[in-house]
Amino acid sequence: MRVRFDKLGIVIALLAAYGVLWSAFATLKPNRIVQGQAESMLQSLPAWAGWGLVGVLVVAIAVALFRTSPWIKLIAAVAALTALTLSIGYAATFLTPAANTYARVSPASGFWILLFAFALLAADAITRLDPPPGMRVLFLILAGLSIGALLMSGRWDGLSIMKEYSGRADVFWVEAGKHVELALGSLFAAVLVGLPLGILCHRVAPLRDGVLNTLNLVQTIPSIALFGLLIAPLGWIATNVPGAAAIGIRGIGVAPAFVALFLYSLLPVVANTVVGLAGVPREANDAARGIGMTGRQRLFKVEFPLALPVILTAIRIVLVQNIGMATIAALIGGGGFGVFVFQGIGQTAMDLVLLGAVPTVALAFASAVVLDALIEMNSRVPNGARSA
Amino acid sequence: MRAWVPTILRGLLLVVLIAFLVSPDNFEPLLKPLVQPNAPAIYNQGSLLSLTLLHLRTVFIATLAATIIAVLLAILVTRPFGAEFLALSRSLVNIGQTFPPVAVLALAVPAVGFGEKPTLIALFLYGLLPIFENTLTALTNLPRSVMEAARGSGMTPFQRLIQVELPLSLPIIVAGVRLSVVISLATATIGSTVAAKTLGEVIIAGLQSNNLAFVLQGGLIVGALAVLIYDGLSAVESMLTRRTGSA
Repeated sequence: MRVRFDKLGIVIALLAAYGVLWSAFATLKPNRIVQGQAESMLQSLPAWAGWGLVGVLVVAIAVALFRTSPWIKLIAAVAALTALTLSIGYAATFLTPAANTYARVSPASGFWILLFAFALLAADAITRLDPPPGMRVLFLILAGLSIGALLMSGRWDGLSIMKEYSGRADVFWVEAGKHVELALGSLFAAVLVGLPLGILCHRVAPLRDGVLNTLNLVQTIPSIALFGLLIAPLGWIATNVPGAAAIGIRGIGVAPAFVALFLYSLLPVVANTVVGLAGVPREANDAARGIGMTGRQRLFKVEFPLALPVILTAIRIVLVQNIGMATIAALIGGGGFGVFVFQGIGQTAMDLVLLGAVPTVALAFASAVVLDALIEMNSRVPNGARSA
Repeated sequence: MRAWVPTILRGLLLVVLIAFLVSPDNFEPLLKPLVQPNAPAIYNQGSLLSLTLLHLRTVFIATLAATIIAVLLAILVTRPFGAEFLALSRSLVNIGQTFPPVAVLALAVPAVGFGEKPTLIALFLYGLLPIFENTLTALTNLPRSVMEAARGSGMTPFQRLIQVELPLSLPIIVAGVRLSVVISLATATIGSTVAAKTLGEVIIAGLQSNNLAFVLQGGLIVGALAVLIYDGLSAVESMLTRRTGSA
């Protein structure tokens, strides 16, 4: 029997080999903002752990290279990723000189390359398994739980990013709350306004082009400019409309960020509602009319359920986009994870940037997986056929 | 509305934009009411025209690189040789689009330092996705009859790619480029938070000194550029669609 190599496996093997042999695994810095000294994998771990990690990686690379069942590949990828994440935490404790509270250890390029290579292997295995939506959400929950357990266990406490966190744990959760509030709140408001507006545009054709063109124009204004432009009108409302300041409307801070995210969210929601309703088959509507449904019954029992997947797609786009854009709110005092990103850029403290960027990416990724699963579940009609 | 009205409006927008960039001082009375009595109403820490050109240059370089790489990758994964990568590349595009541009920008800084480079990297990576996605959609949804005719007439795979598949896909690829350019124009402004020379500098200066006129002029220039380029590429796209339709 001829042995057949997996093409992606070759790419992963090359990446991983580069990551192990020619790049640094961890960086040791005398303090949090200076350039550090790069250490290779075997230098940054005690001998048993270093060789152990190399062993796990070599086995995982071998599994990646050959054509085997995706399940085996997935297990190999998960094992390699677990070994990597545990080792980097261990390297931090090993490299930090005893009783030195200024020294910082961060993952170096080799760690990131290896992480990418094995994440690629995992992504490929999951893509080939093509799990049903429920299973994908289960994978996500498992991954989330393992990361949570890792963080709780304190094995990463020696890493620089966790030191940045422990210094501002209270602020971190406050900003996290603000970030989620901004992203979800503006989404909720956009759905509340966008759905009726979309239905209206669907029914009143002359309105459609005007509304959609206006919302399109809003999208062309760069987000930092729109945030800035809203400061003045909201400030004016706060001082001149009685009661406005009391409910939290202010020129700077959360209010302009919220309104800006809301405005950006409207276009996808309205446009997809129009597209979704327009895609409802005429036969379905005729049949509903034939059995004597009123206009309102048709909207809620026929048109709306059939248009739901398209509308959910808009919600996915908006949520992911809002989670990303909410980072920019920090520039106008709106809070969120962007606070750490911009503070980190200002202080050239890259681990602080990571403290803001990593949760943002994780949050956006998790919401995309959950909403993709929801979309897939809703685009199947009960008898198993896909709706149009 | 008559058909020529939008064209005239766009022409007018272009004229106003150029007039503003060439001699912004003529527009000072318009922006004056927005600022405190002593504050400048026109950006005075650099020329708006040169910032605009730098902004366009950054977007152009990033989009050009993204287009070349994205189209090559899409061609690769749709050939028999790269077919193994097709499903994975689809999910990677999906995952990649969940990365917020600010995060990409900030994470590129430790690797390449401050300035134009992290912005180029972020715009390049972010621009790849829509172009790759569109090229992939176009190449995998070609009319079967045309493909079989090309095969039947004895064309080699390379001839089929160059003479049939790419020309037929071109309008959809251009649509991807258009989407990517509009996203990049807005995202490039964020590049100024890591010291890239773009129009974001004007907006950020406005945010820092509480100068609404700066924010407005920076935002409006970028908005106008986006509208004009979007329309220009839409025109190219419909021209290409007409041509492939009649060919």
